[in-house]
Amino acid sequence: MSNSNSSPVAFVRETFLDEQPAPTSAAGPVKWVKDNLFPTWANALLTVVALYMVYVLLSSSMPWLLSGVWNAESLAGCREVLDGQTGACFAVLTERWNQLLFGFKYPPDQYWRPTLAFALMFAALAPVLFFDLPRKLLIVTALFPFVAYWLIWGGTILAPIFALLGVIAGYVVYERFVKGSFAAGFLGGVAAAFVVWIIGGMLIPEGASENALLSAVPSRDLGGFMLNMMLGLTCVSLSVPLGIALALGRQSDLPLIKVICVVFIEFIRGVPLITLLFVASVMLSYFFPPNTGVDLFLRVVIMITMFSAAYIAEVIRGGLAALPKGQYEAADSLGLDYAQAMRLIILPQALKISIPGIVNVAVGLFKDTVLVSVISMFDLVGMIRGPIVASTDWNGIYWELYLFASVLFFVVCYGISQYSQWLERRLATDHR
Amino acid sequence: MTITTETPQESFRLSMLFNDTRYRALTFQAIALLVLIAAVAFLFSNLMANLEKAGLNISFEFLGAPSGYDINQTLIDYNSQSSNLRAAWVGIINTLLVAFLACITATFFGVTAGVLRLSNNWLVSKLMSFYVEIFRNIPVLIWLIIIYTVITGVLPGARAYLGETPDKELLFGLFAFTNRGVYAPAPIWGDGSGIVVATFIASIIGVFLYRRYATKLLYDTGKLLPTGWPSLAILIVPSILMFYVMGQPIGLDSPDPLANRFNLKGGIQIGAPLLALWFALSIYTGAFIAENVRAGIQAVSKGQTEAAAALGLRPRRVMNLVVLPQALRVIIPPLISQYLNITKNSSLAIAVGYADITATLGGITLNQTGRAIECVILLMLFYLVISLSISSIMNVYNNAMKLKER
Repeated sequence: MSNSNSSPVAFVRETFLDEQPAPTSAAGPVKWVKDNLFPTWANALLTVVALYMVYVLLSSSMPWLLSGVWNAESLAGCREVLDGQTGACFAVLTERWNQLLFGFKYPPDQYWRPTLAFALMFAALAPVLFFDLPRKLLIVTALFPFVAYWLIWGGTILAPIFALLGVIAGYVVYERFVKGSFAAGFLGGVAAAFVVWIIGGMLIPEGASENALLSAVPSRDLGGFMLNMMLGLTCVSLSVPLGIALALGRQSDLPLIKVICVVFIEFIRGVPLITLLFVASVMLSYFFPPNTGVDLFLRVVIMITMFSAAYIAEVIRGGLAALPKGQYEAADSLGLDYAQAMRLIILPQALKISIPGIVNVAVGLFKDTVLVSVISMFDLVGMIRGPIVASTDWNGIYWELYLFASVLFFVVCYGISQYSQWLERRLATDHR
Repeated sequence: MTITTETPQESFRLSMLFNDTRYRALTFQAIALLVLIAAVAFLFSNLMANLEKAGLNISFEFLGAPSGYDINQTLIDYNSQSSNLRAAWVGIINTLLVAFLACITATFFGVTAGVLRLSNNWLVSKLMSFYVEIFRNIPVLIWLIIIYTVITGVLPGARAYLGETPDKELLFGLFAFTNRGVYAPAPIWGDGSGIVVATFIASIIGVFLYRRYATKLLYDTGKLLPTGWPSLAILIVPSILMFYVMGQPIGLDSPDPLANRFNLKGGIQIGAPLLALWFALSIYTGAFIAENVRAGIQAVSKGQTEAAAALGLRPRRVMNLVVLPQALRVIIPPLISQYLNITKNSSLAIAVGYADITATLGGITLNQTGRAIECVILLMLFYLVISLSISSIMNVYNNAMKLKER
C-alpha cells in the first residue's frame, strides 16, 4: 500500500484528535427545536399559532385557577374575599363536597359506608384487572357485590347472605353437572340459585330491615358521583356476560335464536340511550306485575345493561369473526361439542381480541351514566344542575362545578383507557 | 370380510331430543320460542293489567289534538294551535337540521385534528392529542352544558349591539354574537336571482366536467393540465359575472341595530340552544373522528408511500392517488357510524331546551298528554328508521368498496 501513492504526501496526522461535541445546530435542544418546531416556513407558522393559542388559554385560565378561593360560605362570600379580582370560587367544592359525591339525601352519618365500599372496590377489581396477583383474591371479587350492596343500601344482612347462598348453590350444582353437559350444568345451576333465593325470600321476616345493624337507605336517596360509579360498574359487569351470550346467539346456526339476537341488538343500537332511559322512567313499570314497585334505580340498571350489552355483543362478534376459521375447525376435529369449543378454544381468544373494544364501550357507558340526570336522578351532573346551582348560596356558579365534574370523569376514563393499552401490550402473544 | 355400515334402526326416544344432534337444534329453538312467547305474553298481560288499573288505554288520537305549546326555533309553520303531530314534525326537522350541521363541522374538526396529530410538528401534534383526549374522556352532556353556559353567560346581551353608539360592533357589520344566539344576515332573493343560482350550479357541474376531461387527457396522452386555478375560476367567475349582469338581485338582510330598542331585527337568528348543541356535538364527535382519521392514515403501510415515490409521483399525487384512496376505505365506515352517533346524541337537546324530536314528542307532548307509552314508542321508531337507513347506506358503501378478490 505504501507505494501506491506516487506523489509525496504533504501532511499526515499522526495523533488522534479528541472527540468534539456535535455543533449546536446539529444536536441538543437547538436541533430538536429546529426539527420539531420550525422545520419549514409553514410549520413554523403553525408553531407560532399554536404557541399563541396556548398562551391565550393559559393566560385566561391560570390567574382564575391560581387565585381560587377555597374557604367561603357562599358565592357572595367568595366575591368578598376576591374583592373584584378574577379568581375561582372553589369553596363550593369544599362546602358541597359530600353532596357532590354522595347526593343530598344519603344520611351524612353513614357516609363511611359508600366510602368503604369504594375502597373495597379496588380490592375486588385488582385480581380481575391484574392477573399476576394470586388467584385466591378472586374470592374478594366474588364477595364484593354482596358486601357492597349491604354497605350501600344497608338493611337486613339476611338479604345479601341469601343472595350469596343462592349463587354458591348454583355454582356447586354447575360444577357437579358441567362435566356431563354444559347445558345441564348451566340450567341446573340457575335453577338451584333460584330455589335458594325463593326460599330465602320467604325466610326473611317482615320488617327485618327496621332495626338492622346498618340502617336501610332507599335507592332514591343515592346520588352524586357515587351513583355514576354504581351505575357504571354494575351495568358493565352485568352486560359483559349478556353481551357474550348475544354475540354467540348472533353467530349461532339456529335461525330463530339468531333472529332474536339480531333484532334485539339492532333495535337497542338504533335508539339513543335517552329514549331507553325514558322507557325506564315512564314505561318500564307498566311491564312489571302490578304492585311490585320496582324502583327507578333497578329499572335504569336494566335499561343501561341492555344498552351496553348490545354494544359489547357487537364488539365480541368482531372478535369472533376475526378468529381464523382454522380455530373453529380444530376445535371440531378434537371432538369438542359447542359449549366446550366455545369455552376452551374460541372465547378465550375472541375475548382477548375484543378487550380494547369492550373497554371503549365501558368508558362510553361510564360517560353516558350522566344522562340519568335527564330523567331527574341526582347523579353528579344532576346534583350540579339541580340542588347546588339552584340553592341561594351558590346560584350563578358554573365553571368550578363543571371543571370538577370534568376532572373526575377525565381521571377515571383516561385511567381506564391507559389500562386497556397496557393490557393490550401485555396480552400480545404474537411475535412481531 | 364385510363391514356393516348400517346403523341399527332406532325407534324415536324422548332423550334423543337432547342427545341427538339431528333433533337438538330443533329442540333448543322450540324451547327458545316458547320462552319468548311466554315472556312476551307475561309482559303484555302485565301491561294490560297495569293500564286497566290506571284507567289508561293505548291510543294515538292525541297526535291530532292541538299541542298548546310554542316552539321558538322552527323551520316549518307552527303555532300553539298546531297538532301534536305537527310539533313532532318540527322536532324531527330540528333533529335532522342539527345532525346535518354537526356532521359537516365534526368532519372538519376531525379531519383537521387527525391530520395535524400526525404532523411532524411536536407542539401541534401534542396539542391535538390533548384535544382528542380531553374531549373523548369527558361526557358530551357536560361539554354541552359548559358550552351552553358560555354562550348564555359570557356573550353580551342583544342590547350591547343596539343604538347609535353601541357597546359592541357587529362582526363585519353582519354578525352579532349575543347570549340568545347568533344573528346572521339572511339572503334576499330578488328578481333574476334564480338565474344566478342556476349559473352557480352549472359551474359546479362545469368543474366536474373539466376535471374529468383533465384526467382523461392525462390517461390518454400523458399531458397534465392544471386543475386547481381553472376549477376555482370556473366555479366563481361566471356566477359573479351573472350576478352583476342581472343587476345584483341577491341582497343581504343583515341584523339591524337601529330598528328596535330592545332587540336586533332582521337576518336569521340561530338560537343559543341550537348553537350550543351544534358546537358541542361537532367538537366532541370531532375528537372521535380525529382518531379514526389517524388510524386510517396509519393503516396505509409505509411501503405504499415509498413505492409511489419510487414510481416518481410527487408528494401531493402520492397523497391523492395512493394514500387517500386506501385510507378512506378504512376511515369511511367508522365515520358513518360517528354520524349515526351524532344523530343519536342530538337527543341531548333536551338538556339545553332545543326543540328536537326528543324534546317535543318525548318531552312536552309526553308530559302534557300523559301518553308515555305511545310517545316513547314513536320516538324510538323515528330513531330506528334513521339508524337503519344510515346503516343500509353504509352497507351499500362497504359492498362497493370491498376489495375485489378472486
